Amino acid sequence: MPEDPPAIEVSHLVKAYAGVTAVNDISFKVARGEIIGFLGPNGAGKSTTMRILTGYLPATSGQVRICGLDVETHPEAVKRQVGYMPENNPLPEDMRVSEYLYFRGRLKEVPRRMLGPRLDEVLELCDLKRVRHKIIGKLSKGFRQRVGIAEAILAEPPVIIMDEPTIGLDPHQILIVRDLIASLRGRMTVLISSHILPEIEMTCDRVLIINGGRVVAEGAPDQLRREIIGRATYTAELAGDPGVLPALLAAVEPSLRIAEMGEADATGFRRYTFACDRHDELGEALLRSLAGQAGFRVRSLSRTHASLEDVFLAATRRSWDVVDAARNRDPK
Amino acid sequence: MKHFPTILGHEIRMLLVNPGTYLAAVLFLAVMGFVFTGILETYNTSPQETPPAVVFFQVFFIPVLFMVPLLTMKCLAEERRLGTIETLLTTPVTTTEVVLGKYGAAYALYLGMWSSTAVLFYIFQRFVGDAHLTDTGPILGGYLFIAVSGLLFIALGVLASALCRSQSVAGILCFTLLFGLIVGGNYLSGASWLNRVDFQPLRSAVEYTMIFDHLGDFTRGVVDARQLLFYFSGTALVLILSILSVEAKLLHS
Repeated sequence: MPEDPPAIEVSHLVKAYAGVTAVNDISFKVARGEIIGFLGPNGAGKSTTMRILTGYLPATSGQVRICGLDVETHPEAVKRQVGYMPENNPLPEDMRVSEYLYFRGRLKEVPRRMLGPRLDEVLELCDLKRVRHKIIGKLSKGFRQRVGIAEAILAEPPVIIMDEPTIGLDPHQILIVRDLIASLRGRMTVLISSHILPEIEMTCDRVLIINGGRVVAEGAPDQLRREIIGRATYTAELAGDPGVLPALLAAVEPSLRIAEMGEADATGFRRYTFACDRHDELGEALLRSLAGQAGFRVRSLSRTHASLEDVFLAATRRSWDVVDAARNRDPK
Repeated sequence: MKHFPTILGHEIRMLLVNPGTYLAAVLFLAVMGFVFTGILETYNTSPQETPPAVVFFQVFFIPVLFMVPLLTMKCLAEERRLGTIETLLTTPVTTTEVVLGKYGAAYALYLGMWSSTAVLFYIFQRFVGDAHLTDTGPILGGYLFIAVSGLLFIALGVLASALCRSQSVAGILCFTLLFGLIVGGNYLSGASWLNRVDFQPLRSAVEYTMIFDHLGDFTRGVVDARQLLFYFSGTALVLILSILSVEAKLLHS
């Protein structure tokens, strides 16, 4: 066995329920200390994959290793390595917060001596001190969500898996959760699924997009943007004759073209969108050439970044045939 | 089995902080007190042969039929409905530990409730001088029967809860199973078609499972190893089925 195996290693994972293939040949690796976002439309197989990773559901075929341990053959050892917060965050209604966390700590084999201080630490970290003696059933959604997160990180496992941890939180609470997850960076490996894409973009080192039970895209958000959207865009507000613009753009970069052109406003300025296949920064050259052109006035020029949302939409729109075709074209 | 004490302690604690438990205990004592008063009134009006303890334990099926479903219907069905079974089973506990912990807690409460009826006998002993009526043998035998048969009854309740997602369905299923076990044997033993020679093995099997006969033996002071084996092996079988059904539900969830 290698010195330091990856935190999560999934190879050719398949899960079929009653004739429906929920997860279809997924493979990926997550390094230790990495925070990874798990994206996909509803029913894409995110929750199923996460449940298999925790050992809650058995896989139909394929192999899953957590910290080098096979989930199938070492279920109990794997459960000690994973902190899991399921979808919809189920909690018992009739327990107090501190009672619940104490019970979970005992189940997760936190030594009795360490449990008290660790509880205080986790309550502080998740901003739950005020409600520690309240009954869980009477807490608001935000607090319940944080109780779930506190429970997942309680035993300081090397791998944390959270299924939509920020669902139903207000922006202030999302900020707290984001900071919380960021504070785990380097110490714990975190796998989060979420629908709130800007969240994923801000906290995650890497993104995994799945659709129809298959991985359709994988990589850092920037890399995905380049790979999936495939072009850079610039927006500019210019006044002048639109007829000379194509030649001007071609002089800067041959692939630069006008993607969209708005109506002229009262002062004669139009809003343009330029698209370009090159990914390096062309802003300066473009600005110099536009400003140098007689009869042109520039009011603004900026490069627009495709949001992860665009990447997500584009990636999930690509059917897996496309992905397969691409894979067959350049076999690794 | 490392987590069994943790789960057992937790479950007992949760039962003890639940007002429903106390309400059920009060109602149970009220019913048993009512039954006991009825017995005493009969003894007041005419002399009787059998000690009152024997008559008292003969109505054991009344509390069993309504208390056991109430005590056990929640244990696994509720966990599944809320989804907390998922968080529970993703900690390093095994299904066996979970099922046994919940079973142990329900059984402890069942014993606790029955032991509270000892007060009735204490009062009786205090105020009745007749040594024939206050014989402790049938009382101890009766409680031993309650403790041993309770193992199987509570296990059936846990199985019903493991099979259902809804508490009320689990409760009704448990009631039906218990009714079939306790009353069904009596009914079958009275059936004339069982007297045919071909059915002789079946007939002896039915006689072996007659719970009222077991009770009679226990209160007479006869503790038969075959009867103990019936309850112990039945409990083990039902608990294994409960564990398997929890796991099977995971496979198909």
